[in-house]
Amino acid sequence: MATEAHAAEGATGYIIHHLTPLSAGSGFWTLHLDTLFFSAVLGGLFVWFFKMAAERATAGVPGLVQNFAEMMIEFVDTQVKDSFHGKSKLIAPLGLTIFCWVFLFNFMDLFPVDILPLVGSLMGIEYLRVVPSTDLNATFAMSISVFCLIIFYSIKIKGPWGFAKELMFQPFGPWLLPFNLLLKLVEEIAKPISLALRLFGNLYAGELIFILIALLPWYIQPVLSFPWAIFHILIITLQAFIFMVLTIVYLSMAHEDH
Amino acid sequence: MSINATLIGQMITFALLVWFTMKYIWPPLFDSLEERRKKIAEGLAAAERGHEDMLLAEKKAKGVLKDAKAQSSEIVSLAQKRANEIVEESKDTAKKEGERLILAAKAQIEQEIQQAKEGLRQEVAALALSAAEQILCAEIDQAKHQDIISKVSNQL
Repeated sequence: MATEAHAAEGATGYIIHHLTPLSAGSGFWTLHLDTLFFSAVLGGLFVWFFKMAAERATAGVPGLVQNFAEMMIEFVDTQVKDSFHGKSKLIAPLGLTIFCWVFLFNFMDLFPVDILPLVGSLMGIEYLRVVPSTDLNATFAMSISVFCLIIFYSIKIKGPWGFAKELMFQPFGPWLLPFNLLLKLVEEIAKPISLALRLFGNLYAGELIFILIALLPWYIQPVLSFPWAIFHILIITLQAFIFMVLTIVYLSMAHEDH
Repeated sequence: MSINATLIGQMITFALLVWFTMKYIWPPLFDSLEERRKKIAEGLAAAERGHEDMLLAEKKAKGVLKDAKAQSSEIVSLAQKRANEIVEESKDTAKKEGERLILAAKAQIEQEIQQAKEGLRQEVAALALSAAEQILCAEIDQAKHQDIISKVSNQL
């Protein structure tokens, strides 16, 4: 794909160039270095900020950093309490991590499309795709992890037999067992796929539109990219929020014993 | 757009982030929130209690004030009564004193009158005597009466 993109000229070449990741290795063992790098840096940023807040945390008058961190904690905690009624040490921190990480992924989208690739090319890096959530690997990594947690908790709470019964005998009773199984399997598998593809699709499309706007003459660009960026602030937050809330909902469904 | 080993790397990163958040970020922040919530609740309760105490104290103060007012008015009326009494007493005393003074003055006047009377009487007697003397002197020769005088002086 990389050589194809390189060969193509003009607008198509520009677009493909922007959507080609910096990769190393071949076949399945290809690594998208830019995705790994940016997601690690953004994850580090998130952890660093909240760790700083956690270290300074007092029950007295909070500082600015603590205030913000607590606002996020309260926000996530409210979401968790709204849909999850059990006790779990995992779900709320998981939700916080997902929200912040996805938000930071998406936020990379608001950087002008050419700036970071330009910096990269000055350092000799030919391809650079800066938004990790436009990489299916990044979105699927999260949704598959969530899926594993769903399965894990389903089995842990309901027991292996309980989980199997739920797969086989619901929603239509034991006489339609194969149909039930098929329906349930599709339902379960649809969860991670829809999670990952929703985020990926939104951000990929958003990035594509930024790239298309960047192809226009310079005097039209601000007129279009400014409103789109403002709209995008809403989208990136919304997508992070949706990913978090759905994760919480799926996990609370896994905790519910019928 | 291919799924590849990046997925595994991302999953590891994700797992690490979630683990770190769960272990080191969520608990202290959440605890501090809880603690503050508790503190605020306690503060509000204390404020409520303080308010109630204040109302009670106000009520009490009103009672005390009322008592004090009653007491003070009692004291004032007593004082007034006492003052009246004192005035009456002093009036009495003054009256008595006046009467006494008048009596004394009257007695003195009487005495002085008596003295004056006495004086006058003596003066009149002296005058009469001298008048009598002069008359007698004119009438009587010393030699004639030498006998009588010497008789009297002999009797002394």
